Amino acid sequence: MTLVRPRSYAETAAAVRDRGPRGVIARGLGRAYGDAAQNAGGHVLDMTGLNRVRSVDTEHGEAVCDAGVSLHRLMEVLLPLGWFVPVTPGTRQVTVGGAVCADIHGKNHHAEGGFARHVRSLDLLTADGEVRTVTPGTDLFDATTGGMGLTGVVLGATLRLLPVETSLMTVDTERATDLDDLMARLTAGDHRYRYSVAWIDLLARGSATGRAVLTRGDHAPLDALPARSRRDPLAFRPGTLPPAPRFLPDGLLRRGTVGLFNELWYRRAPRSRTGELQRLSAFFHPLDGVPDWNRIYGRSGFVQYQFVVGHERADALRRVVGMLARRRCPSFLAVLKRFGPADPGWLSFPMAGWTLALDIPAGLPGLGRFLDELDEVVAEAGGRVYLAKDARLRPETLAAMYPRLGDFRALRAQLDPDGVFASDLARRLGL
Amino acid sequence: MQDAFGIPQSLLVLGGSSEIALAIARRLVAHRTRTVLLAGRPSPRLDAAAAELRGLGADARTVAFDAEDTDSHEELLGKLFADGDIDMVLLAFGVLGDPEHDEERPQSAVRVARTNYTGALSAGLVCGQALRRQGHGTLAVLSSFAAVRARRGNFVYGSSKAGLDAFAQGLGDALYGTGARVMVVRPGFVRTRMTSGLTEAPLATDPDTVAAAVEHGLRRRRETVWVPGGLRLVAAALRLLPRPLFRRLTL
Repeated sequence: MTLVRPRSYAETAAAVRDRGPRGVIARGLGRAYGDAAQNAGGHVLDMTGLNRVRSVDTEHGEAVCDAGVSLHRLMEVLLPLGWFVPVTPGTRQVTVGGAVCADIHGKNHHAEGGFARHVRSLDLLTADGEVRTVTPGTDLFDATTGGMGLTGVVLGATLRLLPVETSLMTVDTERATDLDDLMARLTAGDHRYRYSVAWIDLLARGSATGRAVLTRGDHAPLDALPARSRRDPLAFRPGTLPPAPRFLPDGLLRRGTVGLFNELWYRRAPRSRTGELQRLSAFFHPLDGVPDWNRIYGRSGFVQYQFVVGHERADALRRVVGMLARRRCPSFLAVLKRFGPADPGWLSFPMAGWTLALDIPAGLPGLGRFLDELDEVVAEAGGRVYLAKDARLRPETLAAMYPRLGDFRALRAQLDPDGVFASDLARRLGL
Repeated sequence: MQDAFGIPQSLLVLGGSSEIALAIARRLVAHRTRTVLLAGRPSPRLDAAAAELRGLGADARTVAFDAEDTDSHEELLGKLFADGDIDMVLLAFGVLGDPEHDEERPQSAVRVARTNYTGALSAGLVCGQALRRQGHGTLAVLSSFAAVRARRGNFVYGSSKAGLDAFAQGLGDALYGTGARVMVVRPGFVRTRMTSGLTEAPLATDPDTVAAAVEHGLRRRRETVWVPGGLRLVAAALRLLPRPLFRRLTL
């Protein structure tokens, strides 16, 4: 694999032109959990060299930036001006290009949709070497958002921003005693919050199956701040702890340790608390506070599994949660959320319904088969798994999950007949 | 591509009528391996193996391949790789020879070396090159516990496997960092056609156990797999045994 780091549109075009026989794929900050930004034997473009925020329209709330700009950098630039990124996932360490191509979602999906909904236009370098301006409502836009970088290299984007008065969040926290309670609370109250998510304890069994802690909130208005903080309401200084040590043994995260963590996490959460002021980084990006947190999984690492099923198929969600609880998967980062209406991207992941995301240590015996079984439940319910997090889906299952896959393949065959853009994900799933 | 658990989508077996190889292929197909190429001397057994894998849902076909005909390897294997990526190559061919008489018949002893070592060296290098070019893939080499230290009882076979084992380790080091990797599998006594009629050694195992160990090794990205796992300790002890004692061992 050859890594190239272009620093301009022209250098990117040259790098794509000079690709090897095994094609090229763009890479951002490498936070995808699977093989989306890998290209075995071929070329990979490290896009973080295209790192300029070109302009910010503080009147209308729009920013024009290069694809390699991270959401962290955008927040540093935008917050002092009273603006915020329209969608942020659980980490700030992703690039705008990656956010577009995975059509990432955040805790506000139920209210405001995925990242691509807030993109006004894209600069896309296609296989023919041309730089096209792509706008919403076109086939190329819908193929590119969620298209995992396979339609071309996103070079830059114009984003619509969200106005904020402060850099703090007002957060309501409550506990749910089981899965039904959790789903009822999320269904009943989500419309009152811009951001909503629930941490769910997948190790709890019996009547406690699916117990959870809900955290929901919005950007704090200026008058919610104590006088001391009002002097600098838009300050953005996310701190970090020391990184996780380099060589941690396998098997640190077992049923015992994770079960204990989950128990404490659940007990520690207040039964109900409203209006707590939290720093933005603590609310959105707790894991960014521990650099290299993934090392706690040891040498064999972990896999992420995230799926969504429609509201009307809550039975499938119950079934999967039951299967996970019965199998006692040691998963301490499991998150349940309600999505709003689907985004238009052909391979875009979100659709109206329930999404569950979890981490599982990859060394667990029989895990591959077990996840295949979950796939079947999800596919049967008309749901899908998230390609940006996938490293193991069967290609046969994919078409059932993404009904627009045929259109995507056809557009790619026409736009890139020589297979200029290739990734391991595309090879594995035949995208 | 291999998935997060190391399971390949396409598999090339060199020595396609080997029982151990078939057990491994069966197990991988049950996961998600779809394309299987069984390379070996054309025989009803090879065809039957392909038919069995097809019955399990794989797209399996046979390829005529002769381990001893090293001149043909580059072209023949090159063609297979040209058809598309191969995620895993299982180098499984090998002959036991006749431990009782090979000592007195140099010609048949040479055949053991030509298949187990020279043939594997040639095919291994060709596949190693192809895997390096595609930037991913696992070459699994069926070595043997006998490679640890050539024993009085079957030193012709043992020395050929020792050579193969050393070669495979070296190739693994040469490929380190290219995305391709080599996994050396060292089973002890495996109950197969090849060993039928021989007295069983302690810790004897069967092809399905070897297959399970290979799957585990793929998942954990192992460089060495012992089957059963306890043989690793036996091997360590055996290596340290003083020669006069080792010589007297009836293994």
